[in-house]
Amino acid sequence: ATLQSTILKERAEIFDTDFQMSADANHQNIQEREREGGRMVEKGTSLLKKMEISVAEAEKRTGKNAVNMQETYTVYLIEMRPVDAASEGTNPVPDSLWRRYSEFELLRNYLLVTYPFLVVPPLPEKRAEFVWHKLSADNMDPDFVERRRVGLENFLLRVASHPDLSTDKIFYSFLTEENGWKETVFETGFQAKADSRLKALNATFRVKNPDKRFAEMKHYGDELQSVISQLLRVRARAADRLYGVYKVHGNYGRVFSEWSAIEKEMGDGLQSAGHHMDAYAASVDDILEEEEHYADQMKEYLFYADALRAVCRKHELTQYELEMAAQDLTSKKQQREELATGTIRTFSLKGVTSKLFGQETPEQREAKLKMLETQIEEGEELVKERNAECEEFVKSAWVDIERFKEQKDHDLREALISYAIMQISMCKKGIQVWNNAKECFSKM
Amino acid sequence: MFTALLTFKKNVDTTLTDGSSFNASMQTSPASMINQYKFEEDADTKDIFVTVDNPESHVTAIETYITYRVMTKTTRSEFDSSEFEVRRRYQDFLWLKGRLEEAHPTLIAHPLPEKFVVKGMVERFNEDFIETRRRALHRFLNKIAEHPIFSSSEDFKIFLTAASGELTSHKKQGPGFLSRMGDTVKAVAAAVRGVRNRPQEFTEMQEYVEAFSQKISSLDKVTQRIVREQKEYLEELKECGPTYALWSQSEEELAEPLKNVAGCVDRCCKETEEQVKNLSDHLIPVLHEYVLCADTLKAVLRRRDNIQADFEAKTEALATKKADRDTMRNDLDKAEDRLEWANNALKSDWTRWQKVMRTDLRSAFVDTAERNVSYYEKCLAVWESFLHSQRTDAEGNGKVDFS
Repeated sequence: ATLQSTILKERAEIFDTDFQMSADANHQNIQEREREGGRMVEKGTSLLKKMEISVAEAEKRTGKNAVNMQETYTVYLIEMRPVDAASEGTNPVPDSLWRRYSEFELLRNYLLVTYPFLVVPPLPEKRAEFVWHKLSADNMDPDFVERRRVGLENFLLRVASHPDLSTDKIFYSFLTEENGWKETVFETGFQAKADSRLKALNATFRVKNPDKRFAEMKHYGDELQSVISQLLRVRARAADRLYGVYKVHGNYGRVFSEWSAIEKEMGDGLQSAGHHMDAYAASVDDILEEEEHYADQMKEYLFYADALRAVCRKHELTQYELEMAAQDLTSKKQQREELATGTIRTFSLKGVTSKLFGQETPEQREAKLKMLETQIEEGEELVKERNAECEEFVKSAWVDIERFKEQKDHDLREALISYAIMQISMCKKGIQVWNNAKECFSKM
Repeated sequence: MFTALLTFKKNVDTTLTDGSSFNASMQTSPASMINQYKFEEDADTKDIFVTVDNPESHVTAIETYITYRVMTKTTRSEFDSSEFEVRRRYQDFLWLKGRLEEAHPTLIAHPLPEKFVVKGMVERFNEDFIETRRRALHRFLNKIAEHPIFSSSEDFKIFLTAASGELTSHKKQGPGFLSRMGDTVKAVAAAVRGVRNRPQEFTEMQEYVEAFSQKISSLDKVTQRIVREQKEYLEELKECGPTYALWSQSEEELAEPLKNVAGCVDRCCKETEEQVKNLSDHLIPVLHEYVLCADTLKAVLRRRDNIQADFEAKTEALATKKADRDTMRNDLDKAEDRLEWANNALKSDWTRWQKVMRTDLRSAFVDTAERNVSYYEKCLAVWESFLHSQRTDAEGNGKVDFS
């Protein structure tokens, strides 16, 4: 929270004022927006108008797991405060409950299955990736836990500020009902609704006419994921090296100090210059901590890319199912025609066997025709249904994709700006240290 | 201090026991000698300027070697003309240094660049190596020119002015092989004998030199490590810009800021590259020379000790032996004079050296600090221009309402 407020303050100084995005007329969903640490978080939802949500703390717990073994895990405290309380000046005890990461995962999986046409906000990473040597990859490491806490809060705020997701009852009970929530989620039977991976993969390969925009979006999602991964990797390596450069300067401090002991006139200058070299070496820790914050912002969109692709894959699936139904209908209609006119246009085993073993009786043919008619009727209903589904999906998904695009453009631009501000701050510190050192050296 | 030396010289047989002799022409008019010794006031009235440049490769049947152009501009009266241009090779510099040290064993000469680069198989004729060597040779000659006694050496004058043929024949003069052998034997004998009553101040000097040598070597190593780490940082940083540029190709609204960031990172890379080069070109050579200086100081102290050991041995010999007393008394007097001369020379030059060292290292570190400040200032400007562009962009697009 302090890092974010420093960046906000510095940005306010540079831009002279707070900025507010004006509403975009096309999107009635998008109303008043505020920046929260540089991220676009809509405060327009009714949920956020009433309640302030935060993930305030993290704690270690031990307990028995599913196979009755002792395990240590971390729980996070979710707090809900009524919005008016802050303005009234009263400070009532917030509603709060503890949740662990796996429960957040369950919530998200539920949302993914229930709202496949929405770009569902991502969770912070399960395991630390793209670490540079000083950062721990250990899930129990306090720095990792802290960054995860921030990421989980961000997730909740993203969901709470989404016009559709914020109204979900399971989400609300996640925030309010500590016990029995898990059972409630399972009772929705959402797991049965989930598409099998195989089914989805099959659709991706076989769909014939996906909406061009979704195909492009999917491609964009692939590129975004690839390029952000590369950026995070390169950045982590550069951070490692930068750390080395700064820390070696600490050796100057030590040697200057030792050298000053044997000199008369040069002693004081050397000694004080040495202190500045120590300060320089130490300054890299803060610098890199701020950069982690930037990396986290990038990571969020790395994972968002996945959510985007999921929506596109779902479109492919619905489109494919429509195509399958339509294809099936066409073939049934063709069969009817053949049966009715007695001509065989398409090769069919029935056709061959009937030629070989004699044709069916008129009664058999009549029965068959009747069955086909029913099937065709059902098929037409199915096609209608699936067509409607598909259209509905395309409509709602595209609205959310447009919303996501705007959010992404805003957030990432803000992230780049805050990166620049960080670099400026680093340069200013460097200028100060070396000017101080120069003064000391000139007294040598 | 040096005026005392001058009087000394007049009373003493100028032939030293090691066989070398002061060239008579070195002793010019007393007045001009006194002028040269007042080095502190000379800072603004420098009357000799030497440059080393223009390396050229020479190929003969036997070898390939590099020569450097040495240009001298001077108003000193002992020089026949005011401008000279000669070509010299590394061997010639070695010869000069050797002559100066022979003539003044307890004066502190600035070090020459090393013969070979120890680390790695660096080609002797590699451009960077030649340039580094050229700069070091330039500094060497300038330090000699600034030294009150060395700069009036006849050998120095010949080095600066003689045509190649002349120099070669001059080099052939000087003590013969046998007498040089004799010197070496005497020096070894003295070293083995060891000095008994070294005055406290010289012991303190030795302790200082030990510690100084360690510290300056550490600084040299630390600086080299910094250069290595920065080069590795630069390698990674060089990949960041292109990644942002690649990203910008998939984006619409974000394309411009991403391209901009890519440009900024690339510019910072260039600045970092220059900064690394600065450290290598400016700070490291100076630190390295002072590491070599420490070795020179150790050698000087050793030579002084040997002169004292020689005197102590002769004193003992006079006390114990009965024959040849007159010769021995004569030798002892000479040894005593030599010792006193050596001690005084060292003491004065020690003070001078400390001042020069302080100046050199101070300005090297101040220079480094300034370059670092400049580096950060340039990077700062790069990122501020990015922020500025984002601000004007936002206003221009009408997307942001700065109300």
